[in-house]
Amino acid sequence: MRDSTLVNAGPPFWLLAELTYDCPLHCPYCSNPTDMGDRKDEIDTQAWRDVMTQARKMGAVQLGFSGGEPLLRKDLEELVAHGRQLGFYTNLITSGIGLTSKRIAKLKEAGLDHIQISFQGADPEVNDAIAGRGKAYQQKFEMAQQVKAQGYPMVLNFVISKQNIEQIPQILDLATELEADYVELATAQYYGWAYHNRDHLLPSKAALDKAEQQVNEYRANQNGQGPQFIFVTPDYYEDRPKACMNGWASTFLTVTPDGSALPCHSAKLLPLEFPNVKDKTIEEIWQQDFSFNRFRGDSWMKEPCSSCSEKADDFGGCRCQAYMMTGDMENTDPVCAKSPHKHLIKDAIAKAEHPDTPLLYRDNSKDIVRVKL
Amino acid sequence: MSDLSKVPQFNRLFRLQFEPAQDSFVLLFPEGMVKLNPSAGAILEQVDGDSSVAGIINKLQSKFPEAGDLTPDVCDFLITAEEKKWIYYA
Repeated sequence: MRDSTLVNAGPPFWLLAELTYDCPLHCPYCSNPTDMGDRKDEIDTQAWRDVMTQARKMGAVQLGFSGGEPLLRKDLEELVAHGRQLGFYTNLITSGIGLTSKRIAKLKEAGLDHIQISFQGADPEVNDAIAGRGKAYQQKFEMAQQVKAQGYPMVLNFVISKQNIEQIPQILDLATELEADYVELATAQYYGWAYHNRDHLLPSKAALDKAEQQVNEYRANQNGQGPQFIFVTPDYYEDRPKACMNGWASTFLTVTPDGSALPCHSAKLLPLEFPNVKDKTIEEIWQQDFSFNRFRGDSWMKEPCSSCSEKADDFGGCRCQAYMMTGDMENTDPVCAKSPHKHLIKDAIAKAEHPDTPLLYRDNSKDIVRVKL
Repeated sequence: MSDLSKVPQFNRLFRLQFEPAQDSFVLLFPEGMVKLNPSAGAILEQVDGDSSVAGIINKLQSKFPEAGDLTPDVCDFLITAEEKKWIYYA
């Protein structure tokens, strides 16, 4: 494209394999697209093996199996084995639903390096209400114990929203009881279903400050023991945007269930045509495809980004957020205090105090898909 | 660290691997990677769960005979590696 920084883009260190959008849970904070497609369009085992082989050859080193719920793919063990043989560090990102101690053992045999389990709350009542599925908490709890018993590194991921932020102290205790190695306390990011449900999810500044203080106090009493807690605040309360994906198409490559290749898992919502791994090699996609080069470098930027001294720090923020909120994907991320659209973020924060639309649980029903965006 | 007879081992969160694409050793852990400089890579390459610190220093001395006494550098680095929880002593 237009400037010299595009020549020889570094390798995609991270390959996120979204094996299926199908999921037994219905979390309203899900960042999957609201149009989840059809399982019959999912790419097959051989196509996934090819994707991994090609990406690894380019230097990709982290491989995430995600979704939806990746356990729904019967070829998961085979894909893990292939990834591990290639030298990837293999991560399974799961709800824990569908896991059994037998399957945990089989995945270990296949060479799986790490399992991340999501929790929606610190007790069955809150967890299962958010997940939209009974007995989910009990299953997650038992599988987390099994994951540790079988010697895996374990990350627990709690997506934090208005619905569970009051449970932070219990969440910290639960993660310690389960002997997690890392714990992500990640405030929901507002893409996909979560964007639709933002008013029901976005916590107030006061609630966030309190939560962060609780985490800090807990950390101070850990004495170097127990889980490492990572608290991620929502960018809506920041004055500068996040350095989204470490820069467009700089580090991350997502492949969706149907084989679409994206520079981030939300990018499909942008008015860009993305390539498919069925039609092009990973190298062609990463190095040459128009969509991957579209926001590399800084020559695409508009003011206030183009003359900003911080443009190399945050790359203008998130293209998806700019597009969703301002209607122009080249605009400055409206989170930035320098953005002429900052008021949109302030309005969203104010609106979240009084939601006036019903909460929408993630569902496959086409009727619900039609309501979206 | 004064006791050179101790045996360092990798914390099971971390996997050491040489990456041709980066021409360096990296430490891989859940969803992350640390790219190691050449000396860090050379030291951690000798961590096998059997070799003591003294053994590791010996191996490195014979690998890099012109380097002078490596003991202080290796010991300093292993302290850092332990602080970062990359390694531990059984």
